[in-house]
Amino acid sequence: MTATPNTTVIEVRTSPHLHSPLSVDMIMRNVVYAMLPLCAYAVWTFGISAAALLITTTLTAVATEHLICRFNGKPSTIPDGSVIITGVLLGLTLPPGLPLWMAVIGGIIAVGPGKLLFGGLGFNVFNPALVGRAFLQAAFPIAITAYTPSFAVNRFTEFIPSSLAYPFMKAPPIAEWIANVRLDAFTGATPLMLQKFDHISTDPWAMLMGQRAGSAGEIPTLLILLCGAYLVFRKMMDWRITAAMLSGAAATSAVFHWSSPDKYADPFFTLVTGGLMLGAVFMATDPVASPVTPRGMWIYGILMGVLTVLIRCLGGLAEGVMYAILLGNALAPLIDNLTQPKTYGARKAAAVAR
Amino acid sequence: MGLTTKRLWRGVHVPEHKETTSGLPIRRMPFPPMLIVPLAQHTGAPAIAIVHEGQEVVRGEPIAKAGGFVSVPMHAPATGRVDRIALAPNARGELTPAIYIKPFPSASQEVLYGAPQDIDRMTPAEIVTAVQATGTVGLGGAAFPTHVKLKIPEGKSIDTVVVNGCECEPYLTTDHRVMVEYPDAVLHGTRVVMRALGVKKAVVGIEDNKPDALEALRKANGDATDIEIQAVAAKYPQGAEKMLVKVLLGREIPSGGLPADVGLAVFNVATLAQIGELLPRSQGLIERVVTITGPGVSKPGNYLIALGTPLRFALEQAGCNSDANSVILGGPMMGAAISSFDVPLTKGVTGVLVLTKAEVNGSSKIYPCIHCAACVDVCPLHLNPSRLGLLARKERFEEMESDLHLNDCFECGCCSYVCPSHIPLVQYFRVAKQMNRERKVRAAQ
Repeated sequence: MTATPNTTVIEVRTSPHLHSPLSVDMIMRNVVYAMLPLCAYAVWTFGISAAALLITTTLTAVATEHLICRFNGKPSTIPDGSVIITGVLLGLTLPPGLPLWMAVIGGIIAVGPGKLLFGGLGFNVFNPALVGRAFLQAAFPIAITAYTPSFAVNRFTEFIPSSLAYPFMKAPPIAEWIANVRLDAFTGATPLMLQKFDHISTDPWAMLMGQRAGSAGEIPTLLILLCGAYLVFRKMMDWRITAAMLSGAAATSAVFHWSSPDKYADPFFTLVTGGLMLGAVFMATDPVASPVTPRGMWIYGILMGVLTVLIRCLGGLAEGVMYAILLGNALAPLIDNLTQPKTYGARKAAAVAR
Repeated sequence: MGLTTKRLWRGVHVPEHKETTSGLPIRRMPFPPMLIVPLAQHTGAPAIAIVHEGQEVVRGEPIAKAGGFVSVPMHAPATGRVDRIALAPNARGELTPAIYIKPFPSASQEVLYGAPQDIDRMTPAEIVTAVQATGTVGLGGAAFPTHVKLKIPEGKSIDTVVVNGCECEPYLTTDHRVMVEYPDAVLHGTRVVMRALGVKKAVVGIEDNKPDALEALRKANGDATDIEIQAVAAKYPQGAEKMLVKVLLGREIPSGGLPADVGLAVFNVATLAQIGELLPRSQGLIERVVTITGPGVSKPGNYLIALGTPLRFALEQAGCNSDANSVILGGPMMGAAISSFDVPLTKGVTGVLVLTKAEVNGSSKIYPCIHCAACVDVCPLHLNPSRLGLLARKERFEEMESDLHLNDCFECGCCSYVCPSHIPLVQYFRVAKQMNRERKVRAAQ
């Protein structure tokens, strides 16, 4: 029964000797799980084009990371799972009818210059998926704003014509196709575009439930919130940034709406349209590119929310989430520096020293 | 646990594993064939041996005198013969002088040493001297001589005594059992230190995962109003002095300061129980309660152990399983893994934790810091472990100390515990502190 301790080999480690069960790969895996319902919804609303888009961006991102790691002679960093998030997230932020060859370029840019150039996981300054998307927005401004209607009748049998455009060829015009596949009142223009350029408002409840045009993964607002709630519940996501960004956006749009109700959308419309929810839940919370201090997180989130609405209301674009988050990413280190936590006992020590 | 219970806002909830031993009464462990009594069991100057090889000693007899004011005497833990005075390994792997005592197998092992003394007629200075004579040190793990805390530093005043009954480290139940079984001794010891410090008020902080201890102390205290017994919501590292005074009284001990800087003196319950037991009889500290537990032992329990009992003997008594992988003196969050079974159990050892491979294999791969801020959210001192860790990787140790309060860190382990990247932050900080110390020594030369 009693083995003398002699017979065992004991290992000497440093304290603490216990560890919480959380690990990076587990967090990344769960973020991917949390995005799966959004992918499923995207495929349901936009059909095989969305499926092809998501698969393309994910595979491109994974392949890029693998090849660059190999080229650098380093072990592949795919197992940590972060590159899958980048790939899926990029796909979710793109219009479902985006030519697939553009999606490939987006995936390469996201993971190459956006992530590995900085040193890989943990070192990227900007959210890689958004770097990819920003590149696409700059390179292909027409294609990335060519939204197609959701729930097209033949979405499961045929691709959106632009999806399969030949590389470096102009995508075929899809206006005619859109006119043919339109079901009910779902138009190709996003509610934000309609609101901004044509001053047509869309029923916010339909938008909350995800019945509108938009990027592949940004439309089911309520579903995005639920997926985020899952991650918060598993303690894998920081709710503070999301809360700060949403409240910043709501407050700013309230001011605009109050000053000119006809011209500017109300806060609820602001929250349920465009990529705000997807950005606030899945992109602004990217821990790598956000501050670590508690006060910093609130400032960072509010700043991004305010910027989003400023771009929407005063800028030339209908949607401002992407640039708001990228600007926030750029400011995160500064915010961190300015909001270092006040250490226990520090102020009193200074008083004692005096 | 109501919302009104006082609580620590930072820190972590670690699985407690206390149920294994929390219900087991304190049992005496037999004397080992050889006791190893190190002369440096406490913080401060080592004691000076006053016995010689071959001398017969009686249980409780002084065998070493204090090596200064910040030092305590030693007493023979058993009746026997001094075998030799030689080097013995300590928990840190160093060799330090120790008195080896071979207990007589047939001795009655009665404590015949000591004489009654009336504490109520002693002056505070006499109490300080008497406490030092008992050899009592902080039994919560720090092993700092207790009498030193009873001498109020010049220019400071103390208004409240804080009694620490948190025992927030997982697995450990020594303080818990002492409170349940010796509540009167705890309260008596508390009143002794209150008298020594000239203080009218004491607060006992006990985590609410020990309802029986709370009840025992409240019952023993009766209607007395000088000692207040306060439940605090269980959370690690609430038992750290800095945390507990903040939770109980809202006072922050200044960086680099002592509780006396904010009018407090903090004592562990087990320390006070020993003072309450030993002082009226002017006896010495010769034994303490040690929780021996963990999945690696077959007979876990709260053992009353003669000081100097070798770990090997204690583990044999508690039934060390063959799948034991790691042996820790103290708790799993701050305790030290030992490399030798020949170390003796001393005044500062609160527990022996034997873990198997299943518990320690958890964290293997280290990922880069993903700035998730989990460490920032748990750091009880409001430090920024994330940034400290990044600076440590770049060996910018000076900056860590000057800009990020590295030296305030007391290595509670919360940051390492929660880090999803498994970065050994606490170890980084230990190395950084050591490098800074060495640099200062070099600069002084």
